[in-house]
Amino acid sequence: MKLLTDLEAIRTLTQARLDNRRITGESPDSISFRSVMVCGGTGCTSSDSNQIIAKLNQEIAGHGIQRQVEVVRTGCFGLCELGPVVIVYPEGIFYSRVEVQDIPKLVETHLLQGKPYEKKIYEKTKQDGEILNFEETEFYKKQVRIALHNCGVIDPENIDEYIGSDGYQALDKVLKTMSRQEVIDTMKQSGLRGRGGGGFNTGLKWEFAAKQDKEQKYVICNADEGDPGAFMDRSILEGNPHSVIEAMAIAGYAIGSNQGFIYVRAEYPIAVQRFMKALEQAREYELLGDNILGTGFSFNIDVRLGAGAFVCGEETALIHSIEGHRGMPTPKPPFPAVQGLWGQPTIINNVETLANVAQIILKGAPWYASIGTEKSKGTKVFALGGKVVNTGLVEVPMGITLREVIFEIGGGIPGGKKFKAVQTGGPSGGCLTEEHLDCTIDFDTLTSLGSMMGSGGMIIMDEDTCMVDVARFYLDFTRDESCGKCTPCRIGTKRLLELLDKITEGKGSLDDLEKLENLSVQIKNASLCALGQTAPNPVLSTIKYFREEYLAHIEGHKCPAGVCKSLISYEIDPDLCRGCSLCAKKCPTDAISGELKEPFVIDTAVCIKCGVCFDVCKFEAVAIV
Amino acid sequence: MEQQASSCVGVAEADEKLMKVQSAISQFKMIKGALIPVLHEIQDIYGYLPEPVLQIVSAELNLPMSEIYGVASFYHFFSLTPKGENVVHLCLGTACYIKGAQGILDRLSTELKVPVQGTTEDNKFTLEATRCLGACGLAPVMTIGEKVHGRLAPNNIPVILKEYK
Repeated sequence: MKLLTDLEAIRTLTQARLDNRRITGESPDSISFRSVMVCGGTGCTSSDSNQIIAKLNQEIAGHGIQRQVEVVRTGCFGLCELGPVVIVYPEGIFYSRVEVQDIPKLVETHLLQGKPYEKKIYEKTKQDGEILNFEETEFYKKQVRIALHNCGVIDPENIDEYIGSDGYQALDKVLKTMSRQEVIDTMKQSGLRGRGGGGFNTGLKWEFAAKQDKEQKYVICNADEGDPGAFMDRSILEGNPHSVIEAMAIAGYAIGSNQGFIYVRAEYPIAVQRFMKALEQAREYELLGDNILGTGFSFNIDVRLGAGAFVCGEETALIHSIEGHRGMPTPKPPFPAVQGLWGQPTIINNVETLANVAQIILKGAPWYASIGTEKSKGTKVFALGGKVVNTGLVEVPMGITLREVIFEIGGGIPGGKKFKAVQTGGPSGGCLTEEHLDCTIDFDTLTSLGSMMGSGGMIIMDEDTCMVDVARFYLDFTRDESCGKCTPCRIGTKRLLELLDKITEGKGSLDDLEKLENLSVQIKNASLCALGQTAPNPVLSTIKYFREEYLAHIEGHKCPAGVCKSLISYEIDPDLCRGCSLCAKKCPTDAISGELKEPFVIDTAVCIKCGVCFDVCKFEAVAIV
Repeated sequence: MEQQASSCVGVAEADEKLMKVQSAISQFKMIKGALIPVLHEIQDIYGYLPEPVLQIVSAELNLPMSEIYGVASFYHFFSLTPKGENVVHLCLGTACYIKGAQGILDRLSTELKVPVQGTTEDNKFTLEATRCLGACGLAPVMTIGEKVHGRLAPNNIPVILKEYK
């Protein structure tokens, strides 16, 4: 059992250790103390970062330098594209795409001899024979890490390290020196808006619940993150779970609740396991439970696993799911802040929103409000994905432009291809084009352009992406995820999908285009919850900005990007074909024939357009026409 | 003799699983909204939700089967049918889709000779399409059991499947 006074003692003790994880720019003696940070986020774990850690420990023990080196499994560094990532402090050398077989050499070269292991150094940190501090590379330079501030810095499974980096200080401050109203006022003044999609003022939400005169109130953390292409909540839970626990307790104090729930996706096993571990540690340190920090305030958190329903991101649906029912939304009002879980006042905050809370309490509302734009304060975490060089997680101040995020931080489009569109906000959002690249990113600008911030998925598309197909993809998703309760959403999304299917098959007419637009507007107006109200957004925004592409499908019976199967066929260019017969061997339907060393031919009547020939041809002789 | 022995083992296993179910039910019985946590436990134990076990849940939690079925069929994560030895989850999140996940799915379907949600005749594989695995940096990505395979191209599929055959 830890006593309350220990918080300060732990902090002092661990801070010294954390100080070693700072870049000093100088290479110490060959055997001086070093910290080897290995990314333990989902992306890197998938590419064997656990085996890398095991090998590191084995090699370090083999050389007998355990006392000089600590190996730490951290949360996500952000640059998932380059995983598994290893950073060695104090020099701050950034190694990318490290493999288990690199470890013996890396340990010998860097940790024993004090020389960087050239082979795996991240290319972008090399400049004119010098090795740059990784924080100076394009990817990190423009980022401001608040929600992600501990990700990649501390061991998420060690509460002492969280305390060492000022963890639970905000809870201590709130409970001992602030009134409930002061906490709410601080949140309101900071201007923090919900990061789950809606963008509602967090302090205001808390105030509504605080004003309810009920004995039992609840705090729910929404960690269901059903948005395809978004993984910031997952990364925060994996990299800094205590920040969420601390914030939930602060929210509980502010609204007068003693019970919290976290609703987390079952599909995120690492996040679930780390959060559970963090809960256990917080209970052991008496930072959760009865009489927290001796102040008389009590707060507990229970975990509920989601079960794969996108609609449960909607507040009322999520509440029904925790109650043990189908996750179907109900009309608002009453808002959950008035009548939520089991009829009691309930606030629901998203993981990323909560990850900002402790920082705001510690550094003050004016500090937070000084970052961002007039109406969108602070930072936003985006998950960059799709056709972009640096896929990964970035946290940027609001007000940054799309161009800065995609081309400077994201490194632009790979393979010399042309940028075509960026999709923000997932299935509820829309596609933006080249002409919007200089628009600033904040809640209101994105909405006014027909897209939205959403939870923060940002998918980049290049010239090889068919926008009609993308719209069809999202409609397939929302149709599948509709809970079925209200007719406009259940039947409307199905009809939208049918129309889009027709167009991608080359059977659409101009009438269909009009029908798409009319139906979209009706679904938006008549649906019960945000799922239906936003489901047509990808259709409307693609028609608005890529109308000519729809027309090419309808009138020209062509898919300009070469994606829609019904509208393309494969052909072998006889001038480029060397007659190697590889395509014929791989063709699953024997549609390709020819003589060795002579040009081969595809029989389009037999071809199923699987594209295997296109993939295997080494001479780029197979073309999509 | 041999047959008898193996069936004994089968019974013991079945009993062990049922005991786990009972302990899960008693663990959650007292909390409000126990049904979904209990279904999670059962799926963990059996890999799907067998009807006889749901009957037990119905009696213990005092919930009609219609309600249990309503909840179990609503959520994608729950399955009412058994799955193959290796469950292949291909990610159809946006990032993977843009990078050609559909082509991978088609190839998986051709190689395994089953449609999406299908299980192969020899019960070796079940093919499923899943929403975002959250590993967009490795797109297109799939999992087979616990193992993650990333940065896929259609041609990798036969090679990868061979590892599991």
